[in-house]
Amino acid sequence: MATPISPNVERENYLNKHYGVGSWLLTTDHKRIALLYLLSITFFFFIGGFFALLIRLELLTPASDLVQADTYNKLFTQHGQVMVFFFLIPSIPAVLGNFLIPLMVGAKDLAFPKINLLSWYLYIIGGVMMIHCMLTGGVDSGWTFYVPLSTSFLNTKVVEAGLAIFVTGFSSILTGLNFIVTIHRMRAPGMTWMRLPLFVWAHYATSIIQILGTPVIAITLVLVVAERSLHLGIFDPKLGGDPLLFQHLFWFYSHPAVYIMILPSMGVVTEIIACFSRKRIFGYSFVAMSSIAIAVFGFLVWAHHMFVAGISVYAALIFSLLSYAVAVPSAVKVFNWTATLYKGSIHYDAPMLYAFGFLGLFTIGGLTGLFLSALGVDMHVHDTYFVIAHFHYIMVGGALMGYLGGMHFWWPKISGKLYPEGWARLAALIVFIGFNLTFFPQFILGYLGMPRRYPDYSHMPEFQILNVFSTAGATVLGVGYLLPMIYFLWSMRYGSPAPDNPWNAAGLEWQTQSPPTTFNFDEEPVVTWEAYNYDEIDKGQKEVPQVVG
Amino acid sequence: MAAHHHHHNPALLHHFATEQQQRDSASFGMWIFLATEVMFFGGLFCAYLIYRHWYFGDFAAASTSINAKLGGANTAVLICSSLTVVLAIWAAQTLRRSLMLLMLVLTMLFGAAFLGIKGIEYADKFHEHHVPGASFNFDHEEIPNHPGQYAEPRHAEIFFALYFIMTGLHALHMIIGLGIFSWLFWAAWKGRFTPEYHTPLEIGGLYWHFVDIVWIYLFPLLYLIDRHK
Amino acid sequence: MSGHSTAGHSSPLKKYFAVWIALLLGTWLTYQASLLDLGRYNAAVALIIATTKALLVTLFFMHLKGASEKLLKLVVASTIFFLILLLALSMFDYGTRSFS
Repeated sequence: MATPISPNVERENYLNKHYGVGSWLLTTDHKRIALLYLLSITFFFFIGGFFALLIRLELLTPASDLVQADTYNKLFTQHGQVMVFFFLIPSIPAVLGNFLIPLMVGAKDLAFPKINLLSWYLYIIGGVMMIHCMLTGGVDSGWTFYVPLSTSFLNTKVVEAGLAIFVTGFSSILTGLNFIVTIHRMRAPGMTWMRLPLFVWAHYATSIIQILGTPVIAITLVLVVAERSLHLGIFDPKLGGDPLLFQHLFWFYSHPAVYIMILPSMGVVTEIIACFSRKRIFGYSFVAMSSIAIAVFGFLVWAHHMFVAGISVYAALIFSLLSYAVAVPSAVKVFNWTATLYKGSIHYDAPMLYAFGFLGLFTIGGLTGLFLSALGVDMHVHDTYFVIAHFHYIMVGGALMGYLGGMHFWWPKISGKLYPEGWARLAALIVFIGFNLTFFPQFILGYLGMPRRYPDYSHMPEFQILNVFSTAGATVLGVGYLLPMIYFLWSMRYGSPAPDNPWNAAGLEWQTQSPPTTFNFDEEPVVTWEAYNYDEIDKGQKEVPQVVG
Repeated sequence: MAAHHHHHNPALLHHFATEQQQRDSASFGMWIFLATEVMFFGGLFCAYLIYRHWYFGDFAAASTSINAKLGGANTAVLICSSLTVVLAIWAAQTLRRSLMLLMLVLTMLFGAAFLGIKGIEYADKFHEHHVPGASFNFDHEEIPNHPGQYAEPRHAEIFFALYFIMTGLHALHMIIGLGIFSWLFWAAWKGRFTPEYHTPLEIGGLYWHFVDIVWIYLFPLLYLIDRHK
Repeated sequence: MSGHSTAGHSSPLKKYFAVWIALLLGTWLTYQASLLDLGRYNAAVALIIATTKALLVTLFFMHLKGASEKLLKLVVASTIFFLILLLALSMFDYGTRSFS
């Protein structure tokens, strides 16, 4: 499976070309910026995970005995905000997308390298603001900032949290802008749209959402800050305002945002499944178009978060129907991945284990979304643990598994080192088991009526056993997440040097050295082959197009 | 344009293969940025639309109290400034350095005039106690064409909140535009722009035209809700 | 916009000044129309004139009309589409609520 190991000489690459803090903090190399993001989002993952840990500890017992209710409100609020805005939304695009897209299209860098660096600094500024907010009192509005609670009643740092997310939103916008221009303008000769890796298509669709959706939450947060600071009445019913206006504007972004979080992961899974089945992706154009369809349809469904909030029943009907429609392109992808696996030569390396996990867990998460789209069902399970289980299946079982799979798949390229495969497979298994133990009981809890955002469920003590399972699962899951962090770091020092193409994978990024040089390619590649040409690759190594660099 | 082998225009950045690619990317990037700006203002237009639908009479009363002549004058000012922008670019394309510099200065003057007129409007609103907040007062204002019916002050306050936020955000973009054009003037003065390379002028111009377009919508929506007698 | 040289092109100046006049005229027209009682069509007329002016600026001042690729037009059209989506679907809720 592996190509011959390159000689054990440290070649010049993007990591060793320049040393010093300045060379990192002022870099415009997309690969270094990707690593800057990797460090930052991992830091925030720990913070969000810490809040999750406290939540799960509190829920071990029915009474609200670990933390006070006000504190608990801050825990779930900040867990949500940190995980959504500071971890999931940047994760794959800012780390893997930044690193790989120029390589995959055959370019030396993104279209706007300095704007890329700016996007990281905006993320950091927003992050610092968020940390300051959390350290000086925190915010307890729920990650959704619903009004008039957040604008008229809370005494916590709503303004600061809102502004932090506002700033970080621009990081997301600039990343999307950079990707769209890069994918349109910087493809190497011969790299036509239909030869692009589907990872690139997925990020293109993601970028469209980032461009069109994020500005709306930006202005919504401006309105919240203005309302709270100046008591304007835009959202205050006492002054003639409509709280639902906030929800319309908030969810216009925040629903498409979940597609920002899942689409890149789908792109990763496509790459992994093709490589570890040694097959072309079944229905390439369907998968590509389904990414675009998800991006477009994703903007049509936002009020399904508002079914019980007071929207008109006619609007609810339309949004329910549209929510069913948006599931179709996702299902198309699942069918295409399955068809790719069929009669493929399956290899169970760690990235593939994560991809398999994704397939099952994303399917469950997606299907439960259809439960929620049915108005009658939603009446009962809205704001219960059913919803929480649904979105964690997609965000954690889906997006995060995809992220981990991608980190493993491209780690040899990024670091030039091989991670320990045995430990990686074990970690994948631990993550899968821990994940299901944590979140499956939550479907049952929600269906039985346990509300979300409650620290105290002593009115229904029979919920405790499922909560205990869930917390136990969370502990296992935590171990599963720690393992890769440990062995990735270990591999940077002690791992075997990686060949240029350890997986014998298709894609221009594998035609460069591991790790790549600063400018990726010495000569501009000229592409004459179709994507995922695994049949050619596996027939004879000589046919693998070699690009110097 | 003949390809040069190892001699690049100093303005060509290393990661682009050709100047054409660089220019196309810059232009495309600015259009995408403008798309984000459309959605950014769009949220405010959404809020405006909903409250105008709910409180039409109150909004009409509030709208009548802002100065449509000043608003119209500002519209004309921005339209003229958009003309001077395209003329500046044409001047760059046709090697008319003095004209280019003149047009850039005029653009900035028009922009400053816009802000000045806006300042006068804001001052008027301040003196009439129409600024939302503790001293807001809109008692006993008749709804246009509904004699004897008076606007609900709290709903009028929502109008003024949106008025100040929308025109304020627009003015902020105007100020940023003035900053951009100051830099463009300095770069033009230094001789950075030629008929072959004047991309910053083009993309600065795109931004300026966008700011003009936002105002083209703000003017009738804010100032002219129900002005007929 | 990208890359065309001005040599061999008829002068765009006439076009620019024509658009400028049209925009000023449109502004005056908007103001005059607002003084007429057109009932609920006042808003429609105002928006139609505003959209015409916006199109003139976009097509001629921002050079969208002469753009070599359809791409930029697609970007503009898509953006407007999504903005309209936000406005229309929100208004659909507000417009169909049966309670005041």
